[in-house]
Amino acid sequence: MREADAIRKKSDSQLQLIYSKIGPWEKTQVARHPLRPHFSQYCQGLISHYTPLSGDRKFGDDNALLGGLGKIRGRSVVVMGHEKGKDTQSRIQHNFGMANPEGYRKAVRLMELAERFSIPVLSFVDTAGAYPGRGAEERGQAEAIARSIDKGLSLKVPFLSVIAGEGGSGGAVAIATADSVMMLEHSIYSVISPEGCASILWRDGTKAKDAAKAMKITAPDLKDLGIIDTIIKEPIGGAHRDPAQMIKTVGDMAVKEIDRLSRMSPNVLIKARRAKFLEIGRSLLSN
Amino acid sequence: MNWLTKLTPPGVKNIFTKKDTPDNLWIKCPKSGEMVFSADLDGLMHVTPAGHHMRIGPKLRLGYTFDNGEYLAVETPNVAKDPLKFKDDKRYVDRLKAARAKTGDKDAMSIGVGEINGIKSVVLVQNFAFMGGSLGMAAGEGFIKAADYACEHKLPLVVFTAAGGARMQEGALSLMQMPRTTIAVQRLRENGLPYIVVLCDPTTGGVTASYAMLGDVHLAEPGALICFAGPRVIEDTIREKLPEGFQRAEYLEEKGMIDKVVSRKAMRETLSNLLAVLMKSDLVKQSA
Repeated sequence: MREADAIRKKSDSQLQLIYSKIGPWEKTQVARHPLRPHFSQYCQGLISHYTPLSGDRKFGDDNALLGGLGKIRGRSVVVMGHEKGKDTQSRIQHNFGMANPEGYRKAVRLMELAERFSIPVLSFVDTAGAYPGRGAEERGQAEAIARSIDKGLSLKVPFLSVIAGEGGSGGAVAIATADSVMMLEHSIYSVISPEGCASILWRDGTKAKDAAKAMKITAPDLKDLGIIDTIIKEPIGGAHRDPAQMIKTVGDMAVKEIDRLSRMSPNVLIKARRAKFLEIGRSLLSN
Repeated sequence: MNWLTKLTPPGVKNIFTKKDTPDNLWIKCPKSGEMVFSADLDGLMHVTPAGHHMRIGPKLRLGYTFDNGEYLAVETPNVAKDPLKFKDDKRYVDRLKAARAKTGDKDAMSIGVGEINGIKSVVLVQNFAFMGGSLGMAAGEGFIKAADYACEHKLPLVVFTAAGGARMQEGALSLMQMPRTTIAVQRLRENGLPYIVVLCDPTTGGVTASYAMLGDVHLAEPGALICFAGPRVIEDTIREKLPEGFQRAEYLEEKGMIDKVVSRKAMRETLSNLLAVLMKSDLVKQSA
């Protein structure tokens, strides 16, 4: 037994060492790991009294962006997030986490609901980006994202966002204009996927590793730039090795933030949220 | 008063600057295929006889928009230069330098303040010729500056958009311009000031998915490509050819995303009609 413990300890410390040195491209792989906890698991692990809510009341529902009403450790919340799915069938069902306009319009609807009952909003970001499809364009993907950003920034209730996996472009920021943006240690958040950036700027999709490095997509880089507020530490070797622990940690930190934000008045919240976003990039000028 | 960088002289001098005119003497109209003498285009507001609206830069655009082509240029704010030390095939700083040399502008946004049929307005022009009009920190700050100026002086804001989307060389800092510019739009609303968007060719990506789709009124130039994801990306995703006219201004009008497709010639009058109503102004001169 003692020998097994010693080996496990050694393996843990090796894993910790490896993960402390992984670069942006490796983090991209970790952020996309199929066993990394997704929205549905966070919801199951953290939200009681949960009722999923569907539809944008205009055209349809969207299975890539889910949400509903529930309680997180006794506190009422509106919860929403991208769901990528975990196997081929569920991935297809959830459109690989790439939302159509209906998803963003549903998000706006849920935010309005939260406002009406003074309930905080908790969002989980995990998407490669909004869906680039013909129907999505026909039904105003750009307008849907713009309205969701707009709503998030004027929300009269506390808004907390967790970048749980991949934070891809406008489809991610649509539900991440929060008072407090938390990011898991090995998540990524970027303006375009490393592959997309490589194929446009390098004209070579295989240069994704270079693009990942150049774009500064990791949690520590984004914290330095003032784009995210908090880094949430992952279990040794990444969230996929111990989803239960990861979900618990996220719950602990989310509740702490929700309680802090809930003490602020709507006006103070909105003012501080806007000031935070306006400040991004400005401090870099003086350096 | 250092933002008053220059008071442009009245009249045509401003319109016929060399920077906005193409180098080749003859230009092939993309619509009809006919050859058009480039000097003739200056007199046609850079619209070919077949009706193709050529892309134009800020100097021409501001000149066409304001009464007698007169306006005050408002300087856009300085931003941190190349914060990510970005390098692909070329260094970002070199690309910036080249774009500045090519256009004579600091970045993609130019601001002018003047009168449109007598109604004082702030006009912001996004220049596609400057690194694809991309929405980096400079463009974002330019937008915010224009909106703040409008709020401060209680003026309406008209924005001519044109962009390939985000400026990838600034990574997530570029992405953050989507919420940042949206905050500026919210301030206009709170001040009860009109915000009119004129979507020009092409307006795509993060620009469309933020301030370009948040106007009180959306106008567009004929034939302009307006989308979130570009046609090539969609064709790659769905593996089928898209129909003719997909994501063009007329198509967006049909789908309910924009209010009206307006030709360049009719733009000034359309804008002044809208502004006269929204600003409750009776200063408007009868142009008929």
